[in-house]
Amino acid sequence: MTAPSAGAREPTFTPSGAWIGASVPRREDPRLLTGRAKFVDDIHLPGMLHAQFVRATVASGVVADLDLSAVTAVPGVVAAYSGSDLDLTDIVAVLERPREEFIPTSMPVLARDVVRYVGEPLAIVIAENPYAAEDGIEAARVTYLPNTAVVSDWQALAPDAPLVHGYAGTNTLLDVSMFATEDIDEVFARADHVVRVRAKTGRQNALPLETRGVVAHWDDREEQLVLHTCTQVPHQVRTVASQCLRCDERAVRVIVPDMGGGFGQKCVVGREEIATAAASLQLRRPVKWIEDRKDALTASFLAREQRYDARAAFSDDGRILGLDVDIVCDMGAYSCYPFTVGIEPLMASAEMPGVYRVPAYRVRGRAVVTNKAPTAPYRGVSRPQYVMVMERLFERAARDIGLDPVEIRRRNLITVFPYTGVNDITYDPGSYLESLNLCQQVLTGEGWYDRRDHYAAQGRVLGIGYSCFSERTGYGSDAFAKRKMKVVPGYDIAEATMDTNGSVIVTTGTLSHGQSHETTMAQIVADQLGIDVDKVKISQGDTARITYGWGSFASRSIAIGGSSIDLAATKLGDKLLLIGAHLLETSPDDVELHNAGVRRIDDHNRWLPFSEIAEVAYLKAHLLPKEAEPGLRATASFDATGDGTFSNATHGAVVELHPGSGQVQILRYVCVEDCGVAINPQVVEGQARGGIAQGIAGVLFEEVTYDTNGEPSCASFMDYKVPTAMEMPDISVHHLETPSAFTRSGAKGVGEGGTIGAPAAILNAVNDALRDTGIELDDTPIAPETVQRALHHRMCAEVNL
Amino acid sequence: MKPAPFTYHRARTVAQVPELLADHGEDAKIIAGGQSLVPMMNFRLATPQHLVDIGRLRELSFLHTDDQGLHIGALVTHHLVETAPADVTGPGFDILRQAMGWVGHLPIRTRGTIGGSLAHGDSTAEWCLLAILFDAVIVAQGHQGRRRCIPAEELFLGFFATTLKPEEIVIEVVFPRHAHHAAITEFAQRRGDFATVAAAVTLDVGQGAVHGGRLVLGGVAGTPQRIPEVEALLAQGRAGDMNLFADCAEAAATAIDPPDDPNGSSDYRRRLTRHLVATACQEAMNR
Repeated sequence: MTAPSAGAREPTFTPSGAWIGASVPRREDPRLLTGRAKFVDDIHLPGMLHAQFVRATVASGVVADLDLSAVTAVPGVVAAYSGSDLDLTDIVAVLERPREEFIPTSMPVLARDVVRYVGEPLAIVIAENPYAAEDGIEAARVTYLPNTAVVSDWQALAPDAPLVHGYAGTNTLLDVSMFATEDIDEVFARADHVVRVRAKTGRQNALPLETRGVVAHWDDREEQLVLHTCTQVPHQVRTVASQCLRCDERAVRVIVPDMGGGFGQKCVVGREEIATAAASLQLRRPVKWIEDRKDALTASFLAREQRYDARAAFSDDGRILGLDVDIVCDMGAYSCYPFTVGIEPLMASAEMPGVYRVPAYRVRGRAVVTNKAPTAPYRGVSRPQYVMVMERLFERAARDIGLDPVEIRRRNLITVFPYTGVNDITYDPGSYLESLNLCQQVLTGEGWYDRRDHYAAQGRVLGIGYSCFSERTGYGSDAFAKRKMKVVPGYDIAEATMDTNGSVIVTTGTLSHGQSHETTMAQIVADQLGIDVDKVKISQGDTARITYGWGSFASRSIAIGGSSIDLAATKLGDKLLLIGAHLLETSPDDVELHNAGVRRIDDHNRWLPFSEIAEVAYLKAHLLPKEAEPGLRATASFDATGDGTFSNATHGAVVELHPGSGQVQILRYVCVEDCGVAINPQVVEGQARGGIAQGIAGVLFEEVTYDTNGEPSCASFMDYKVPTAMEMPDISVHHLETPSAFTRSGAKGVGEGGTIGAPAAILNAVNDALRDTGIELDDTPIAPETVQRALHHRMCAEVNL
Repeated sequence: MKPAPFTYHRARTVAQVPELLADHGEDAKIIAGGQSLVPMMNFRLATPQHLVDIGRLRELSFLHTDDQGLHIGALVTHHLVETAPADVTGPGFDILRQAMGWVGHLPIRTRGTIGGSLAHGDSTAEWCLLAILFDAVIVAQGHQGRRRCIPAEELFLGFFATTLKPEEIVIEVVFPRHAHHAAITEFAQRRGDFATVAAAVTLDVGQGAVHGGRLVLGGVAGTPQRIPEVEALLAQGRAGDMNLFADCAEAAATAIDPPDDPNGSSDYRRRLTRHLVATACQEAMNR
């Protein structure tokens, strides 16, 4: 129940009286907007200490000496531990692939004899306050024997490259050729047109507003280590913590409070959480670690640095005949748990043909390790990159052939579903063509094509660009098993319990870190049981309450978690019908759920509210039918079968390039998305807008850079240029609805699409604006200087004419 | 990102400040709005052992005009200037208000001060450009109440270095003259960032012709730069049109030797300068 002071709000139904499909005000908002939410850093336990880490200052080197003796002499410092002091098992993420395809490596919780990136944790310092902890860090003495740092993919691939993990024997930890159509070389040899795109994308930080953090303490009564931590995957943290600490999983409880974002950076298990837990066990005192922004920018999990060499063959009438791609992903120093360094190349290899009917496909995907902070999945995982490359290929082919760029897409989009692609994926129905048509119609209707051409006469430089894509959401166990991960995520378990008053609490193994599950999942339960959404409380993020779960990533929550809670609510409803029928003196087949109760189908006046049924189930069990056990609880699980369900969208962008500064100004942004049934349209739009903002960030602003020694250049927001609200355009979102046949509600996932579509749309728009310069840009982020140089190039060319 | 230990001193009188600073020598630092100093301390790039907080010295927060010109107390915030009524700043100082819109973001402007900005000496800071543009005089106080007047052009030595002595406190900044035709413009990829290049211009305009003026550039060297070549062009009495301003832009771009850094190459800054100078001149003309 919402606290009375939260303010009354009107319930919002759809016209048909359903909760699903209505923009129900977010259940989370009152506490978030009034400062009553509780994040990790809001947790203060009696006697709590504060941790920070001694971090490597060289990118590659042997640790000759780590001397912490002066650290504990610093006022306020309580303890300092190195890796050998804590003796923790390394974190190892594994793919079950042959050694020529994948080489597992281990990530020590605290680096021992070797450091592999600037910022790598070497020792944990525990102090009475965060200030003293940092004073302690300054007193640590580390002596390195530095090695040459590997700071780029091409350096990592060089035959004589220094090895990031010596025992691996190579810097290429994953090398997989997932598809190779037999006669593809002939296809290219015979094709009318072959276009090529070589592109490099910048390294990015997913940048949750709330940095990582943990409060760890030992609970003597429960005989449990309790970790309050902001993770997307509480059970995986529990599993890894128990492995590293060598204790039973039962002895670790992970509780996730409110979270300020994750975007994938928090769907892997971090080392600092484990080290903090170990320190709190050593000291038998609560210990808090809050990652500061500098560490979050330099030493957290990063993403997205990829290099593509892609060729596509086309016929004269603009049909794509083949796609041949080489992908190299710079994964930084370590394999993340549980996904491994394979996360980006495997995603790109498996899914790159995307929304197009590509008849022949060859791909090689590689993950290389470098002396840079490690990587994790980041919203969209490879899809922002390969969509950008695919869309560039189509744009280039259109120019080559002399076709309209929208028309060439139309000729190649998948329009008949289900469609099984050359990549062995079966796509469920979507609105690929319809979304493109609508997007173009909106931009045309608003006069942007006219304006672009009209302004050109005045010397203004406008461009229009699109991106078409689909996004597999809610990967089930089958889909993840294809990746050959040693631990296979996929299913979700939900448990629905009704209390004696008829209120329902439903657990989910997914975990909202901003996605509004408390609202959207309550809407699903409310519709299934016919009760008010306020009567439903969603419970998540506590390993003591939830049997097992995979948390939230890969846009899985509403598709898979939403389906499992729907099933659990259905089963709970069945039990209510069973008891209700007994109390109404009829058979379960002759009753139905109605108005928060059970009524007889043959006599609507004979109706029992859930509260009365619940009273019998708990407080008057002697009145229960013999086949019903006391209590009202139902558990259900759901797993997506086969290839799961695909959301899709077309994004359209209008940009203006300013010749003086090279600035790219986004004048208009239109997103036409289809996520099947939108449980809560406002939440869907929020996801689209937030995702698009991150996509724009990637294509125009953000890049994590390093100097040649592997020293990170971006330690604050002065250098890491996350865009602000001032840089964001107005974004209009249009909805199409192709319900999914694979999920209970017909919903498809919607968490990542915005981020996937934006970079390609903007990049294409910029290239459209540059159409008269003879210059095409494929690398991102696009710096103003690059644009200015391109425009300058045109002006020089005009002078020379 | 927590500062190293330091001793905090709250100054109760202006006179106390130089004495406190002198007592603690190089280890002491004045803190006013803290908008540059605190982040530097949090990164431990600055580790003063003594902080002298002048935030309570209300006598340094004033804004008035007299026959010397416009006096701005050292503790006046950017926001106070931004929102000051025109009758307080006097005529011809519209550009000060407009320039404040370029300073960081609103929360920064409500804390940051003119004295702090000048003493910090960032070469792209709006106050540093404006001080040179208008021949401002910085009044500083040292030992035993001794005050000296530092012409703006003598204040800045190089990147974050000024001619202020370690024990001196900025009292006020006097702007002896104003200009009706003045403009400032900048480019940074994100609104509110330090400018990659900033250009501030005044023009002496009479009957459609330009009879003098000044250009100050930020972000092209370690200190804000006057460009004499442009001043010479502006003194020729030519018509105030795009021909003149394009010449000024070209002259400015030729005169400078800007640095290379991740925000832009030397060439980029040069081209940016060309664009910003022309824009600023045109804006100043149109006022």
